[in-house]
Amino acid sequence: MKRRVLSTMMVLSLAAACLTGCSDKKTETEAPAATEAAATEAVTEAAATEAEATEAAETEAAETEAVETEAETEAKETEAVTEAAETEAAETEAAEVNATVPAGVVKIGLFEPLTGQNGGGGVQEAQGAWYANEVRPTVTIDGDVYTVELVEVDNKSDKTEAVTAAQKLVADGVAAVIGSYGSGVSIAAGPIFADANIPAVGCSCTNPQVTSGCEYYFRVCFLDPFQGSVMAKYAIEQGYQSVAVIEELGDDYSTGIANYFIKAFTELGGTIVGDKAQDFQTNQSDFKAILTQVKDADAIFAPSSITTASLIIKQARELGIEAPIMGPDTWFNVAVIENAGDSAEGTVASTFFAEDDTTIEGLDEFVTGYKAWMNEDSSRIDKNGGNDDVVGNSALCYDTYMVICDALEAAGTTDGEALKEAIAATDYNGATGHIVFDEIGDAARDSVTVVVAKDGKFQFLEKVMAD
Amino acid sequence: MSASTLAQHFLTGISLGGAYALIAIGYTMVYGILRLINFAHGDLFMMSGYFMIFAMASFPWFIALPVTLIGTVILGVVIEKAAYAPLRSAPRMSIMISAIGVSYLLQNLATYLFTALPKTYPEISFLKKIYKFGDLSASLVTLITPVLTIVLVFLLMQLIGHTKLGMAMRAVSKDTEASRLMGIKVNTTISMTFVIGSLLAGVGSVLYFTDRMTVYPYSGSLPGLKCFVAAVLGGIGSIPGAVIGGFLIGIVETLMVAFGYSTFSDAFTFLLLIIILLVRPTGLFGEAATDKV
Amino acid sequence: MVKKKIKLRDVILSILAAGVFCALLAYYQYDTGTSHSYAISILERSAIYAVVAVSMNLLNGFTGLFSLGQAGFMAIGAYTTGILTIPVNMRQSVYYMNGIAPWLENLHLPMIPALLLGGLFAAAAAALVGIPVLRLKSDYLAIATLGFAEIIRALLAAPMMNTITNGSFGLNNIPGFQNIFQPMAIAAVCIVLMILLINSSYGRAFKAIREDDIAAEAMGINLFRHKELAFVISSFFTGVGGGMLAIFMRSIDTKTFQVTLTYNILLIVVLGGIGSVTGSIIGSLLINGSQEWLRFLDEPTTVPVLSSLFKPGFRMVIYSILLMVVVLFWRRGIMGTNEFTWDGLFGLFRRKKKTKKAGGEA
Repeated sequence: MKRRVLSTMMVLSLAAACLTGCSDKKTETEAPAATEAAATEAVTEAAATEAEATEAAETEAAETEAVETEAETEAKETEAVTEAAETEAAETEAAEVNATVPAGVVKIGLFEPLTGQNGGGGVQEAQGAWYANEVRPTVTIDGDVYTVELVEVDNKSDKTEAVTAAQKLVADGVAAVIGSYGSGVSIAAGPIFADANIPAVGCSCTNPQVTSGCEYYFRVCFLDPFQGSVMAKYAIEQGYQSVAVIEELGDDYSTGIANYFIKAFTELGGTIVGDKAQDFQTNQSDFKAILTQVKDADAIFAPSSITTASLIIKQARELGIEAPIMGPDTWFNVAVIENAGDSAEGTVASTFFAEDDTTIEGLDEFVTGYKAWMNEDSSRIDKNGGNDDVVGNSALCYDTYMVICDALEAAGTTDGEALKEAIAATDYNGATGHIVFDEIGDAARDSVTVVVAKDGKFQFLEKVMAD
Repeated sequence: MSASTLAQHFLTGISLGGAYALIAIGYTMVYGILRLINFAHGDLFMMSGYFMIFAMASFPWFIALPVTLIGTVILGVVIEKAAYAPLRSAPRMSIMISAIGVSYLLQNLATYLFTALPKTYPEISFLKKIYKFGDLSASLVTLITPVLTIVLVFLLMQLIGHTKLGMAMRAVSKDTEASRLMGIKVNTTISMTFVIGSLLAGVGSVLYFTDRMTVYPYSGSLPGLKCFVAAVLGGIGSIPGAVIGGFLIGIVETLMVAFGYSTFSDAFTFLLLIIILLVRPTGLFGEAATDKV
Repeated sequence: MVKKKIKLRDVILSILAAGVFCALLAYYQYDTGTSHSYAISILERSAIYAVVAVSMNLLNGFTGLFSLGQAGFMAIGAYTTGILTIPVNMRQSVYYMNGIAPWLENLHLPMIPALLLGGLFAAAAAALVGIPVLRLKSDYLAIATLGFAEIIRALLAAPMMNTITNGSFGLNNIPGFQNIFQPMAIAAVCIVLMILLINSSYGRAFKAIREDDIAAEAMGINLFRHKELAFVISSFFTGVGGGMLAIFMRSIDTKTFQVTLTYNILLIVVLGGIGSVTGSIIGSLLINGSQEWLRFLDEPTTVPVLSSLFKPGFRMVIYSILLMVVVLFWRRGIMGTNEFTWDGLFGLFRRKKKTKKAGGEA
């Protein structure tokens, strides 16, 4: 019996040994790959400033012949002919810079749900960063040109997974993190980034708790309380007396916005049908019972995911409910209109961004650039939902990337503490408007863009200002 | 609550129940013959939704429909041959894990191939025609779902009760060994069970998704669980049980929402199940007292 | 069970192995040159899942009760631990939406007592649930316990519980483990306690019930009492495991505790071998590890044929295929019903010479 106990421990240790072997190997192979990517990149960019790495890399580049602009492919090709000397150089460099960032490459983590319940939105958001990375592949830190390498990691829209996924980014030695779609996973990852002194900037995680409990977390979008109450104000302005609220049980995003909406709407003198929100379960696809229940409402407000949006719209129209339907920022997605078809006409959604927003300068440049980028590759169109309409999350993610790059240049170092300060001091005009962070780390937004579904497209309707 | 609202709720509940019933039959038939909880059944239902999307992209509906059903049946049989047949002699748990594995595989494959963004389910226009009766309003599919369910179940009962194949199925589910000795081709019979189960899941999928219009990789998971509950509630292994379980769950769930307890609609479904199991430990129509361990 | 003499060789080897393992943990903990946080988090998660898997095994493998209620009991443990360990000064910000119940506001416990209490609550819930449910057999028991887990989850998320569980908003700011030794030690203690139980007279009664409950009853074993005992004890450790998961994740909500969590645990148990404690531990490491090691499949590659295949989501496809391959080829799990022994390990190497002398039997 005792023997079993002891042997149990043995098994554990054996397996752990395998684990070390695996993770060690990984860091070893990664380091040279990264330096070389930078080195070859430097050659192509003809930036002679890179003293140490370039010499070695030039011979390398000659060997591989192909001098292309694609940093990724280059890195892998050269990796195949790695020489021992190179590896040593990489290792000593890595040691010198103290953290795991080798000179020449700055890694930015892309922490997004690429699969799972929020996989669709997460991928769209990540695309914004990929595009941004192509627009701005390098940053100048303290006089040296560094390649920005995006390290993407899938958190599967799952909190348990998010913890290890975040740890992977930490282990990969990223300087900063972008993401995530969905507040829950961001909240879960917050302490991990904070412990590792890695600043993170959220794109569309709207829950107050993402930044409030975490010094290292910033975000470029507005918050749920803000969104909820501004939508309530919009509803009042439209003259709706009674509004039905539909929320997803157990989902902090959905219930959060619903709660703030109800608070603000009742304060402004409106009434909520049934005096409380109607709950539905995750993955539920039948809303007829709920909709029959709220048939006589002036309007329906349903903060929920993209998936449920079209279900609610369709089923409401089928039951003969004519009331306008309002949604939160997730609904601003062409997939919603495509899935709901004609029924979607007149659906209103709040958002951070509209591609035809006339109030933002320089927006055209981003929109045309991003569309062209998506049209280059059919898989990008697929990931965007089969068309080239610009989704708000992609724009936010683009801005987030730019904010981080600006901060890297301003800080002049990849040190977490300094980078955090630099991000906090951001003053940036992006695709989604002007971004400055308050003391909590939230972008100070003063308005919500409201879009309406018209002729099979979401069109800019108005900007609702907060009080 | 006005009478018309109540009637509307009932209509919703019955229509939902009909779709549940069709899927629950798949669970119950497979369980009856293999003693296997086929966790992948809900995901087969989801894949059938995707098949329909692709079939409708290139064919008119009257060709797309059989193509979808055939595709679903093939997938169902392939799953049986690849994941369950090699495990006939293995412990029951292993087959169940294999089923969970298939379920994961289908979900992940769908995410990988079709992205996690919801896809529009194609519209068969005459099914979506909306009929109004006074205050009630419903599309044709809502109305024909329960009717079609009853008709299909009636046919299925005839098949099981009066054909050679049906008798073989009953024999295999009673005693696999003995039926093999009697010259019944056990493997073929099991495959046929999967054919029928998948076919009904395919029909259920068309009805369910025509009414709900979007398919995404996880759209099979919750209906799958509910239908499994329906099958157990009716007495797993019994086809009338599954049908009644399906309708019962559909209606109870809708009424819970109707009376303002939307928070607990799922919890109540499970509570109902537990209560029924405590009163009748093998479900409403389950074979009594035969030990299935 | 015949008592065997403990060989000196085995004792020495085991102590050595334990020493190596501790040294490795210490290396992970104190080596600050590179970040080991990734490896640490995988190990921690494996240890936590191992506790839950062993406790599920206690029920499914050793007592023959097929329960699928693990996620629910984990949720109870996790919420109890979470609520009690969140620092008092952080509570207002955690319960930002609805405020916290006044009686709970200053109730704070250190980690270990909170974990114990979490386990006790889970056990209490199990005791209540067990009285009616344990009368059911096999799959009916499974679906009933699964139903209870879902009910528990709905209750935790219900708006009426807002001031206690924070409803849909979940809990965060739960203090994490200070070092890697904490979770490892707790997990080790839990598993050792369960092993002791399995090898006690109770454990033998459990196995008797598993093999043949009628015969067991005829031998004078009180069926209900033993089933209830196994259910309660298993739920206690499941609750503790859930509490550890809360500490590990530092923020929880009810979505974590869906049926999929139970399926994952079941996967570990069956993959490791039903009725094998060491199997569950190995299974836990494999399941948690493989998901992470396969991450490279999500990243783009330049290998010509594969480049079109490697994209986000591919990892999980391969993972599920691997899972099925393992189930198809190791029908009884990796360890079967055997436990790990040194003889078994050496037997593995020797097997090539001696054809039929398979080691590994305890």
